[in-house]
Amino acid sequence: MGNIGAKDVPVLLSPEGLRLDGRRLDELRPIRIEAGALHQADGSAFVEWGQNKVMAAVYGPREVHPRHLQQNNKAVIQCKYNMAAFAVDERKRPGLDRRSQEISKVIAEAFESVVFAEEFPRTSIDVYIEVLQANAGTRCAGLVAASVALADAGIPMVDLLPAVAVGKIGGQIALDLKKEEDNFGEADLPMALVPQSGRLVLLQMEGHMTEEELGRALDLGVKGCRDIYDRMKAALRERYTMTPVAGGAA
Amino acid sequence: MSEEVIAEILTTHILDLAADGRRLDGRGPDEYRPVSTQPGFVSTADGSALVRMGQTRVLAGIKLEPGKPFPDTPNAGVLTTNAELIPLSSPTFEPGPPQPGAIEVSRVVDRAIRAAETIDLARLCVTPGEKSWVCYVDVHVLEHAGNLIDAALLAAVTALSNSIVPAKRFGVADSDYALDVLHLPIECTFVRLGDAIVVDPTFEEEHAAQGRLTVATDETGRVVAMQKGLVGAFSPDDVKSTVRRAFVHGERLRSLVKGARA
Repeated sequence: MGNIGAKDVPVLLSPEGLRLDGRRLDELRPIRIEAGALHQADGSAFVEWGQNKVMAAVYGPREVHPRHLQQNNKAVIQCKYNMAAFAVDERKRPGLDRRSQEISKVIAEAFESVVFAEEFPRTSIDVYIEVLQANAGTRCAGLVAASVALADAGIPMVDLLPAVAVGKIGGQIALDLKKEEDNFGEADLPMALVPQSGRLVLLQMEGHMTEEELGRALDLGVKGCRDIYDRMKAALRERYTMTPVAGGAA
Repeated sequence: MSEEVIAEILTTHILDLAADGRRLDGRGPDEYRPVSTQPGFVSTADGSALVRMGQTRVLAGIKLEPGKPFPDTPNAGVLTTNAELIPLSSPTFEPGPPQPGAIEVSRVVDRAIRAAETIDLARLCVTPGEKSWVCYVDVHVLEHAGNLIDAALLAAVTALSNSIVPAKRFGVADSDYALDVLHLPIECTFVRLGDAIVVDPTFEEEHAAQGRLTVATDETGRVVAMQKGLVGAFSPDDVKSTVRRAFVHGERLRSLVKGARA
């Protein structure tokens, strides 16, 4: 949303109601999820989502570093969201900034809401998210990758955490914004859903929406999350199916 | 504790094998793991390459931005190399400021790129003393399974060879153009395991190593950079034979860079 008021505002919606990349308002970008993409991590996943490329790794439960963060009754979940310098158009200075620290915090809290952390007292479950190529929605792509990585690591959880952002472009509520839509749109609302309970464990919003629009945006986001949930399960099934069955489960 | 005991047993085993001319993964002493390059992996970068060397996986991205030349080199562009050993890439890395290991990788890779005159820095000058291109080489280690230096330089050189100077986007020229690459340095790293000196060490072999030696060569037959690392020693004869081996491997790895050129 940083460029509101900039010149050359693109037309985000065609007269037919189609978006810049030809999608309908309720359509996701193409998503590919690969569970177990790294060898050394306890769990990992690579997600390509539109023009986003995100790798996630999980280590643990293991010893807590730094030690003073250790909790006697449960595991601590430490999350580091990081962006490669070349992942965005203007080179990003490497290292921690306030944005990535905030995203790390809300993602860690989302996972704390679903992981059975009390089963691993005095340990740390470390979640690393690396954004290699960014095109809006990286926190959601990172969360989806990390969630699949946690499952790949065998961490017990209430459920997987699908996530997606809903926004407002050209006055319309739209699912899964890409970069131009995020930059020139009117609102952005990333969320993560616990499919079992239907509750949201990550929710942020920036921009302006009416109460009615917000209601529709939430409904659209939940629908999108359920779609992503199916793909996350499919990725894990693909990784853990022992014998490939030709023409098997669609 | 138990992890350390296992590591000691593994170290002994690696050294025993090496005395027989063998290695843990079945390679010969002068054999690289399978190496592949994938240029253009990151579309947001001006050039990029993903390199796999066995299980080691390294991503290099190039970014070019207009900036100011250094006062002592007013007629040249600026080259900056940075390697990130992110905690995602190995169970042994922890978050925090760059560790000495990451800094050494950055500097050894930077030295080879610079000394070989890989890119034409003079052509990256726009207005002497005022404006020049700054070329950022960012190396992101995705999986550390040993020999980061060779993989990092191979990724960096492949990425540079496929880079576009975004002159139009920054209003410096009417059109973008390919970055001039003059030379192709390749680094080959060896470790001492007892009396044996083996190429392309794995993570476990680096742990067992009694000295590490990196030799960078270019396509004109020059040695352009060297680095001895880890605890251990090499005789001058060891160094000479290692340089000879580095030229042979360098030529083969360089053909991967040329093959990946757009």
